[in-house]
Formats: sequence, C-alpha cells, structure tokens
Amino acid sequence: MKRPRSAGRPRRGTLTRSLPRGLRARLVVAFLLVAAVSALTTAALTYREARNAILQRSQDTAIKDLRGQVNSLAPDLAVPPTRADVDEFSRQLDRSGKARDWDVYVQYKGLAENDRSQLRNPVIVPAELRESVETRHVTAFQRVDRDGEPWLLIGMPVMQSQTETRTASPLSVYAQLPLRAEEANVEALVSAAQRGALPVLGLAVVPALLAARGVLRPVRGLRQAAGRIAEGKLETRLEVKGADELADLSRTFNDMAAKLEESVADLRRMEANARRFAADVSHELRTPLAAMTAVTDVLDEDADALDPDTASAVRLISQETGKLARMVEDLMEVSRFDAGAAALHLDEVDVAETIRKTLQARAWQGRVCTELPDGVRARLDPRRLDVVVANLVGNALHHGGEPVRVLLRAPEPGDGRLVIRIVDSGPGIDPEVLPHVFDRFYKADSARARSEGSGLGLAIAMENVRLHGGTMRAANCPDGGAVFTVELPLPEQETGTAAGPPEAAGETGRAPADENGPADTDGGQDTAGGGDHPAKSQAAAPAGKADQT
Amino acid sequence: MPRVLLIEDDAAVRDGVTLALRRRGHEVAAAASGEDGLDLLPAFRPDIVLLDLMLPGKDGFEVCRRIRADRQLPIIMLTARGDDLDVVLGLEAGADDYIVKPARGEVLEARIRAVLRRTALPADGDTGPAEPGPAPVETYGELTVDRAGLVVSKGGTDLPLAPSEMKLLLFLSATPGQVFSRQQLLEHVWEHSYHGDARLVDACVMRLRTKIEDTPRSPRYVQTVRGFGYRFGPL
Repeated sequence: MKRPRSAGRPRRGTLTRSLPRGLRARLVVAFLLVAAVSALTTAALTYREARNAILQRSQDTAIKDLRGQVNSLAPDLAVPPTRADVDEFSRQLDRSGKARDWDVYVQYKGLAENDRSQLRNPVIVPAELRESVETRHVTAFQRVDRDGEPWLLIGMPVMQSQTETRTASPLSVYAQLPLRAEEANVEALVSAAQRGALPVLGLAVVPALLAARGVLRPVRGLRQAAGRIAEGKLETRLEVKGADELADLSRTFNDMAAKLEESVADLRRMEANARRFAADVSHELRTPLAAMTAVTDVLDEDADALDPDTASAVRLISQETGKLARMVEDLMEVSRFDAGAAALHLDEVDVAETIRKTLQARAWQGRVCTELPDGVRARLDPRRLDVVVANLVGNALHHGGEPVRVLLRAPEPGDGRLVIRIVDSGPGIDPEVLPHVFDRFYKADSARARSEGSGLGLAIAMENVRLHGGTMRAANCPDGGAVFTVELPLPEQETGTAAGPPEAAGETGRAPADENGPADTDGGQDTAGGGDHPAKSQAAAPAGKADQT
Repeated sequence: MPRVLLIEDDAAVRDGVTLALRRRGHEVAAAASGEDGLDLLPAFRPDIVLLDLMLPGKDGFEVCRRIRADRQLPIIMLTARGDDLDVVLGLEAGADDYIVKPARGEVLEARIRAVLRRTALPADGDTGPAEPGPAPVETYGELTVDRAGLVVSKGGTDLPLAPSEMKLLLFLSATPGQVFSRQQLLEHVWEHSYHGDARLVDACVMRLRTKIEDTPRSPRYVQTVRGFGYRFGPL
C-alpha cells in the first residue's frame, strides 16, 4: 500500500515542476503573451502595408517607363513589320530599359514565334496574362516566382494611334523585371521588425516582474500571516496600505484574526475554568472520601462481630463508599478528557507483559484466558493501556460471561496496527444497545445498572484509545458473546524496531504458542469469525503462561 | 512493624488513615501541619513518612525538601490532586512514591510495604550477581561506587543519595553502556507489583543527576537515550 504511493509522489512532483504553476510565473507568462501578440499584430500589419506600398510603387514606375518607351519607339515600326523589324524593336526596347534591367519580348500577331533562346532570360508568359493582353487588350501585370526569385511580369498591348479610332494593334510587348531590390527592402523591414520585437519582449519581462511583485508581495504577506495564525500566533495583523482590493483583503483578514483571537481567548478561559472546577471538585470530593475509604476495610472486618442489622448497614456503607470513590475517579478522568488535560506519557513497553500485569493487579489471571505473543513492543502509555484493558475485561467479566479471552495479535511488519481483542462468552450485546455501548452513563440493562461500575468505564476506555489515535469497536460473535476490538496505531519507526532487534524474542515467544495449538493469527481470525470453540483448547495455554510470570 | 509519620491537615482523613494503619499493626504518629511533622521527626524516628501535598503554612513540597535535606527517609506523597503536574512536582521534590486519595487501607499498606522493601538497601542477599568479585569498589570517572558499603563518592566526598537514587545508580552502573527503558527500570529497580508510573523514573533520574553530575543539564554519567530510556555512560 505504501510502495505505490511513494512511487507516485515524485511523478506528481516532476509534473508540477515542469508546469509553471506559481502566480508569479503565470503573471509573467500572461504579460509576455500580451506583449508578443500585440507586437506581432503590429508588425504583421505594418509589414503588409509597407510591402504593398513598395511593390505598388515599383510596378507603377515600371509600367510607366515601359509605356513611355513603347510609345516613343512604336511609331518607327513598319506596318506590317517583318521578323527582323520586330526583333529590332524588341532589342531597342531592351536596350532602353538597361537601367531597369528588364527583359523584353515582343509579339506580333500573325508572325511566327522567334527563337527565344537568344534572350538572356526567356520570358515565359502565363496563358491568362497573354489572354488578357492579346484578346482583351488591357495592360496586365503579375508577380511571379521564378527559381525562388520574385519577378514582375508586365504585358502591354500597343495601340494604333495612326488611324482616327484607337484600335488595338496586333503588337504586344511583354517585359519581365526582377523585384530583387524591392524584396530586399521588404526583408529589411521584416528583420527590422524582428530586431525591434525581441528586445521589446525582453523589456516586457521587467514590467511583468514588477507587476507580479506588486501583486505577489501582499499575497505573500497574507500567506505568511495565515501561516502564523495557523501556528497559533493569533496576534498577527497585516499592514493595510492604499485603498485597493488587496487593502480590503488585508482589512478583512485582520478582522478575521481579531475575531479568532477573541473567541480563542474565550475558549481558553472557559477551558481553564472547567479545568479549575474539575480540580476543585476532585479535591473537595476526594478529601472526605479519603477518610471514608481508608476505614472501610476496618468496617468490613468488624461487621461479623456486630448484630445482623448493623452488620448489613456497615457492609452497605463500605460497599457504597467504594463505589462512590470509583465514580469520583471516573468523573475526574472524564472531566480531564473533556478539558483536554489528559496527557499521553508514551513509553516503550512489552504489550503482553503490560496486559498480564493489568490482570495480575486485579487478580483476574484465573478467570481470563490469554493469548499474548511475547516480544510485541510498542510505544504507548502503559497507564492508559492498563485502564483500557481493565475496563474491557472488567466489563466482560461482569456483563458478559466467562470464559473471557484476551487476544493480542502481533503486528505484521509494516502493518502499523496493534490489535487487542477481548472476547466473552455471554449472551452478547443487544443490537439496539450496540451503537451506544461507549456512551457515558449508558446502561445496557437497567436491572443490572447499579450492580457494578459507574457507566463511565467504556467511555473512559474509548477516550484513552482515542488519545492514542486508535479505534475501539464492539461487536457480537455469531454464536453469542461480545467482542471488543482495540486497534492502536504503531508509529512507523516502532514497527521497524519491532521487526528488527526483538526478532529473537519474537521467535522464542512463538514456539510455545505453536505448542498450544492454534497459532496466534489463527486464533485472532477464529474470534473474528465468532468461533467459540478454540476457547477450550486454549484453556491450557494461559495456565502455563501464568506460571511463567 | 513500621513506624509511620502521617502529616495531613484534614482531621477526618488523619483519623481515618491513622485508624486503618493502626489496625494493620503500624505505629502511627499524626501531625496536622508540616511544622508539627518536622518537630515530631527527631523524637518519633519514623521508618516512613506519609505526606499530604496541600498543607497550611509549609506545603508538602517544602516539607519533603526539608526532610530530604536532613535524612534519607522514604516519603510517600498523599495527594488529592491526581493531576500530572502535582505528581511530577511531588516526585521531583524527592518523594519515593505517591498515592492519589482516596485510597483503601490495604492499598496504603501495600504501597508503604513496597516502598520500604525497595528502599531497604540491598544489604541482605538482594545484592545480585555483581557481589562475588573481590573488587566491589568501582570507579567511573570521578565517581566511586562501593557496592558492598553502599557508598557513592565523587572526588573523594561521599554523596548523600536517597535509597531509590542509590538503587537506580547501582542498577545502571552494573552494566555501563546498556540502555534501559523507563519501563524496564521500573520493573527492575522499583519492583512494582502494582502498575508503575514512568514518571517515578524520570523524577528519580533528575534527582540523581543533581547529585552526581557536574552539570545536570548535560549529564555525563546517567545519559538519556531519546525515545528509549537511560543508560550509564559510556564516559
């Protein structure tokens, strides 16, 4: 059960470490995102606009230049031109455009295509462009990508202006010119945008950190203050600065701390009062009881010599004094629990030995069968364990039926629990009563109510078990008899030492248990299943053990 | 039969306890205040003192210290306050045991006998296996333990150890370096037949340290093993 948990923990740890979870990290990341988005959007829009403007201007000038050249050279062209005329025209155009470094190709409808290979860069005209120029007679241009280089392709029909009406001549001029320079300009723009955006992003970290600090400092203060309050330093207050939401939060926190301090002080006062009252009552009740209790055995001894009525009166007084004394003790114990004044004095003890002593001190060894494996050491308060066992065994002897068995189960290594069962062979507990057996002053059988005990015994046993952090349950065996199960937690290191050094003691302890028949774990399961039968076979076991002690 | 000095301010308790103990054959002298008790001490020469904690004038703690200063007399605190604090304070003031009121006559009797039995120093056969060797005087640092003469001296001066302190020191120093839990010490040194209290051990160790250690805060001879118990040395 522990292994997978310990294996799972580091995985979760690395997961949280890989994600920025802190408030500061989130604030900075959000800030950077906003800065990045706005910088990118601005850059992208600027880039688009600037690029369009640059390209537009170069197109316009190129078209204007080409038209100017065509208009000045076209009238010299013979009509209809020969192949040579057209070539000459195109060469002239080409030469005139040297400054622009364009390639020109002239097409005259009806004249055969000439060999384009003599041109430096063959002008390849896409069909749509050719169609819009030659059929629809409009000037068209297109940006094309050739061998990864941007080119502007211009198609221009030549108008015949000799006649009255301007008609389209069969002559068209195509020119292609590289946009390398323009592209370089645009690229410079992009890199300028990049060079600008990165430092801006870097710079954005500074205000982001400052903003984060501004928010986080009060938050950190709040966290530390809450931590101090949790430690019990209730006088902790925050400094209220400004009038923002954080100041409101600080003010509310201070109000809360003040209220908390006040109510805790009230509680403490009440607790101190309750404690003092318990101590006073204890003292005032105990003093007369001390005088009475000291002499009750004197009364008992002398009762035989008195006349019968006086004798029974004396015995009654003696008996009731004892009961009253026990009741006062129990009440004191309960009030100590209620006042939170019950302290745990932990000590490492041999559990079997402690239980045996409890039985011995009350002369119960003869009436109780035990199954106590040796070598079970645990860190607990022996005085409180004594109270628990004594109450449960006493309860079993008085209200249940003999034989009563006390079973201790040695904890498995790593189990972390010590289990003690007290089983009686009586009629069991009424199912209606079962949920209330640990209530104070709850008497299972009103006819037996005054027979023994104050009705506080089981409640006190329960409180003692709880003080150890353990649990206590009452149940019935299927074939009669009640089982009280006490489970006490063993701290981690304690199970370790129990598995370690006292191994030898455990071994020697187990051997006689095996001789006696059922091994201790089997015995425990039998009782859980409700079997009453092993009781007989075990009867020999405690006798042997009692001799040892 | 043991002679018992009872110091108790409440007349009813005084009479009741006196009656119960007399019936059991003890010789009892009763005092109503600490001052009276201290006055009675030299003439009556009791074997054991039963001391109430809440007394008018000098309270039980003070009386306990005064008795302890003069003589090594076993003292049982008789307290109506069963609270831990009172018990611990009483034990630290030098009491050998405590009884929470109310207690029956036979309980008083049993506790008195238990304290007397274990404070009777191991002169008669109870001395254990350390005896047969020819060198019963052992030296640990500045501390000299004479097991036969039951004298502990430090730097040449004899130390006035109370019986339970002496027994604890003898037991611990018999196996230097070995760790004993409070429960083990309770079982071996105090020989409790009833259910013992580990605070007896702590209080006794504290008193022993104030007598044998140079600086009781950082003990050299009786060391605490955290979470387990005590051991003698190693020096």
